[in-house]
This record gives sequence, structure tokens and C-alpha cells, in this order.
Amino acid sequence: MRSSGFSFIAPLLVLMVFAFNLPILYMLGLAFWSKGQGFTLEHYEGLVEAPVYLRVLGNTMRIALIATLANVIIGYPLAHWMRGLQNRARLIAIALVVLPFWVSILVRTYAWIVVLGNGGLVNRALMWLGLTDAPVSFLYNELGVTIGMANVLLPFLVLPLFAAMIRIDDRLMQAAASLGAPPRTIFWKVYFPLTLPALAAGTLLVFILCLGFYVTPAILGGGRVPMISNLLDTLINQIPRWEQASAISTILLIVTLLIFAAYRRLDRKASA
Amino acid sequence: MSDIRLEGVTKRYGPVAAADDVDLSVAQGEFVTILGPSGSGKTTLLSLIAGLNRPTAGRIFIGGRDVTEATAQERNIGLVFQSYALFPHMTVLENVLFPLGVRKIGGAAARSQALEALKLVRLDGLEGRRPSQLSGGQQQRVALARAIVFKPDILLLDEPLGALDRKLREELQVELKQLQRTLGVTTLLVTHDQEEALSLSDRIMVLNHGKTQQVAAPAEAYLKPANRFVAEFLGIANFVGLDGGRTGLVRPERVRLGPGGVNGGRPARVIEAIYLGQMVRYHLAIEGSEGAPIVAAVPFVGRAWQAGESVAVSWDAADIWPVT
Ligand SMILES: Nc1ncnc2c1ncn2[C@@H]1O[C@H](COP(=O)(O)OP(=O)(O)O)[C@@H](O)[C@H]1O
Ligand SMILES: [Mg+2]
Repeated sequence: MRSSGFSFIAPLLVLMVFAFNLPILYMLGLAFWSKGQGFTLEHYEGLVEAPVYLRVLGNTMRIALIATLANVIIGYPLAHWMRGLQNRARLIAIALVVLPFWVSILVRTYAWIVVLGNGGLVNRALMWLGLTDAPVSFLYNELGVTIGMANVLLPFLVLPLFAAMIRIDDRLMQAAASLGAPPRTIFWKVYFPLTLPALAAGTLLVFILCLGFYVTPAILGGGRVPMISNLLDTLINQIPRWEQASAISTILLIVTLLIFAAYRRLDRKASA
Repeated sequence: MSDIRLEGVTKRYGPVAAADDVDLSVAQGEFVTILGPSGSGKTTLLSLIAGLNRPTAGRIFIGGRDVTEATAQERNIGLVFQSYALFPHMTVLENVLFPLGVRKIGGAAARSQALEALKLVRLDGLEGRRPSQLSGGQQQRVALARAIVFKPDILLLDEPLGALDRKLREELQVELKQLQRTLGVTTLLVTHDQEEALSLSDRIMVLNHGKTQQVAAPAEAYLKPANRFVAEFLGIANFVGLDGGRTGLVRPERVRLGPGGVNGGRPARVIEAIYLGQMVRYHLAIEGSEGAPIVAAVPFVGRAWQAGESVAVSWDAADIWPVT
């Protein structure tokens, strides 16, 4: 039985190995290979010696962290608010959260240029209100990149969080109230701990996605906010220095896998 | 310890009155059961007393204090939910410690108080478990321990035994009654099971469509129901015609059976004889009567009548209760 099942998926497996896994392995291997020399760690040494690489890596981590934090600060209250809605309003809210999934990420990112640009909606509103004299530059800096990433990734946090919140029985909060707990205690001792696994899982997922983000930093950063994926683009398409690129990719992959392992553990706890 | 008084308590959900002008007094230390079919407003009434809900009209007094506008946390009430509502992310002990922590009782004092409550409900040794690792009966006891650990003024129980199987339910009924007597806490229990209501309580309040039907001691409600609904809800009811077109109630235990042809009894035929252990229940068709069969419950002593046999049926005039 097992062998017949295997023969069914074998062609697919061959395709996967040759089309996806081998190129990845080849790419990872490049980082440890030097022409004429064989195995080497010199590309990693190169990374350490040229501080720009580590700076970009650190930069990426920081922006990812801020965007993730912004996501949590917006996403948690949003999911909680959705939980309290009546059926119809809730459906509309879910649709509004999911809607961005159906719009191309390029369109959404360019939309931010319209909103945040010097002559954009936000700046015109600020100047009309007299809050600023000159336009605030939201674009082509870290702020724009962070706003754009937070927006694009919001559904990845809100949906699992909402799913966890909706599973919490209202009677648990009522029980806590009947046992004498004030609203603050009910939130921190009962409600929040029950959403924590989903919150942690969603946060890690968003963080991982932030790390590898390309389109939004490229457009909203205008080439002035270097993140890992944009650096890789330069190293591969422009310079090109494939070995350096693969060394960076290897580091990014390891970091991502570590975070993903943590995510899996939390996710299993969340669904238990 | 406190008494409870409801005055004209009404709760409307749109056109539905889940509680409709309910008056009730529960004395200090008394055990009162609210009995009614599903949807009659029992849970609504408890949630109003617990402060999880505000009445549309009427006033609620606990220990003489008007608490109608007080929040749940200001009322010091122990409430056991129909679904137990244990905190799934806490252990048994943490669940029982929760109301103490809220009251700023901590450390060894809280711990020993919690363990004592768990001992009262015979759960000692399970304090490290999660609710999901317990059986239904054990979860029920945790909910009970959590509701009594902080020495509440009153204890409210919403169908606490409803989800358990029969044997366990009967065991826990006895325990609950003993526990209530030990603590001397004013208790209001809600159930749709009339046997539970009759066996546990000092008094019962029968509820239907949010309206009080009767408040009385169990035996009185059973034998002298205020109306037809109470008569039928509390057990098997035989309705017999009385002079002047009125209707009378005769309970099955009050119906006497004798051999057919004996003077003084109405001739009847046995339709069905159901053996119940100590008792046999007969369904009897009175000869010349078109009405519903008469049900008799007779102690089983050696021999039972068989279906199809002719018997004589009689009851004392004193055992008839007129109902409207
Ligand atoms: N939150 C609510 N919103 C609307 N109707 C409700 C609500 N809670 C209860 N009801 C209605 O009130 C009536 C009594 O409900 P409930 O108190 O739960 O009855 P019981 O506990 O006796 O089964 C039912 O008709 C129910 O549909
Ligand atoms: Mg109910």
C-alpha cells in the first residue's frame, strides 16, 4: 500500500526536488564554495568585514520589529472589537480585513504613495488643519516602509487572533465578574491569557514575513531604506556577487527557521 | 449570609419577557429551587440576582441592601454556571484561588483556604490538574469549590447537575444538600428536573414563561398545586371531574386498586402495568369514561395486576385537590 502511494506522488516529488530544492541547495552551497579552492568560509568573513551587510541585517530586524509591534497595537484592539460585533457587522468587518488579500500588493503599496505623498491626502489634511506648514515626508524613509508593511501584513495577525477570541466563551468573563473581579482583572487574568498563544503565533508569523519583504520597502523606501531582500536584489541582479548573496540568505534562512520553530510550538499550544 | 428579596423583577428582551414581575423572598440559610421548563427564564433570573444583567423593572435586595444597580463584583455572590465556566488556562487550584486573589487574599492563607474548599467537595489531590483533564462530575465540583471558597453571602446554582448521568447526579444531590447545610449559606438552585427540586429544597418556585406559578414547600406544591401547569410539571397528574364542572387532581400514589366487582370502587380495565422496582405503575381505563387513562402507583407486594384484567379504582375525597 505504501509503495503504491509513493509511486503516485513520485513524479511530483521529483519535480519538487529538481525544480525547487536543488536550486536552493545549490544556492546555499554557493556560500561555502570558492572557485579553485573548494570549501571555504571566506564569504562569511566577507560579511563580517563589510559592516554594511550586518547593518542592513540589523536594520531589517529593527524595521520588522517596529512594523510587527505596530501590527499588534492596531490588530489586537481591532480583533477584539470585531469579536463584540453583531453577526452582520462582524461579517462586514471580516470582509474589510480580508479584502486586501484580494488586491495586488503592488496596487496597495502604490496606493500609499497617493495617501502619504507630499501632495497626498494626509499631508493636505495636516496643512489644511494648520498642524504643519510644510509637508511631512512619510515616503522614501523608514516611516513609510513601516506603515506600508504594517498595513499589508495586518490580516495575518488579525485573522488568527480573531479566531482565538471568538472561541472564548463569554461565560468565562461573566464567571470572573461573579467571582468579584473588576474589568481590568478580567481582561488581564482571563481574556488576555486565552488569546496569548494566538497573539504570539500571529506576531511571529508577521515578523517572519516582514524579514523577507521586498515590494513594499522597494517602492515606499525608494531605494533609501535598505532591507535584506533589496540588498539581495542588488547583489544578484546588479553587482553581481552571488556567493555573498547566498551567505546572507543562509543567515536569513536560519533566523527564519528558528523563529518558525518557535511559531510552530506556540501554534500547537494555541490549537490545543 | 444574607437573605434575598425580589420585588416585581422584570427583564425584557424585545417583545419577550424572560422574567415577568417576579416576587420572591429567600430567608437566610434557606435552600430554594427555581423549577421550570427550558426557556422559562431561570438563567435570566439568576443572572439578574448575580448582577450580570440589569432588570428592566423591579428591585433586588440582598441582606436588606438594594443591589439593583450594583455590579456583580459588589455583590459577593457565589455562582455556579450551567456550563461550569472553569478557566481553561488555570489549574484546579488556580481556579479556586482566583476569587481569593481578587479579594487580595494571597500566600499561605489563600492556599489553605482553597485546599479546604477542595476538600469539602472531595477533590483533594487533584489541585494540579487542568479542567480539561477532569470528568464532568469533577469539573462540577471545582466550579462549586470556586463558588464557595470566598464565603459568599449567597450561592446561586444554575442546573449544576444537569450535564451529569443519573447515578452521579443522585450522589451529588446528597452531597450538595449536606454541603449547603454545613455552610448554612442561602442557596438558590435552578433546575428543570422536578425530582431534583422536590428532593433538595426547603421551598420551590415554579416558573413558566417568566411568570411565577407557585412558591411553596415541595410537598405542598406537589399535592396542592396552584394550577394545572404546576400539577403536570411536578409529576404525573390524574384530573377528575368534580361537582359543578370543576376539575380535581389526584396523584397516582393516592389511587387505590382492588379486585374487580368490589363495592365502592369504579370498575376499570388495566391497559398497561409497568414494573418500577418498589412500585408498579398502572394505566387504567375507567369503564364508561372517555377521558384520559387514570394512572395509579401502587407498592409492589408479591403480585401485580396484568394488562386486560378488571379492577376497581377508588380514592378518598380528602386526596382530591381542586385545580383551575
Ligand atoms: N441575551 C438574550 N437575548 C435575547 N433573549 C434572551 C437572552 N437571554 C435569554 N433570552 C430569552 O429569554 C427566555 C428565557 O431564557 P433563559 O433564562 O435562558 O431560560 P432557562 O434558563 O429557563 O432555560 C428565552 O426565551 C430566551 O430566548
Ligand atoms: Mg438556563
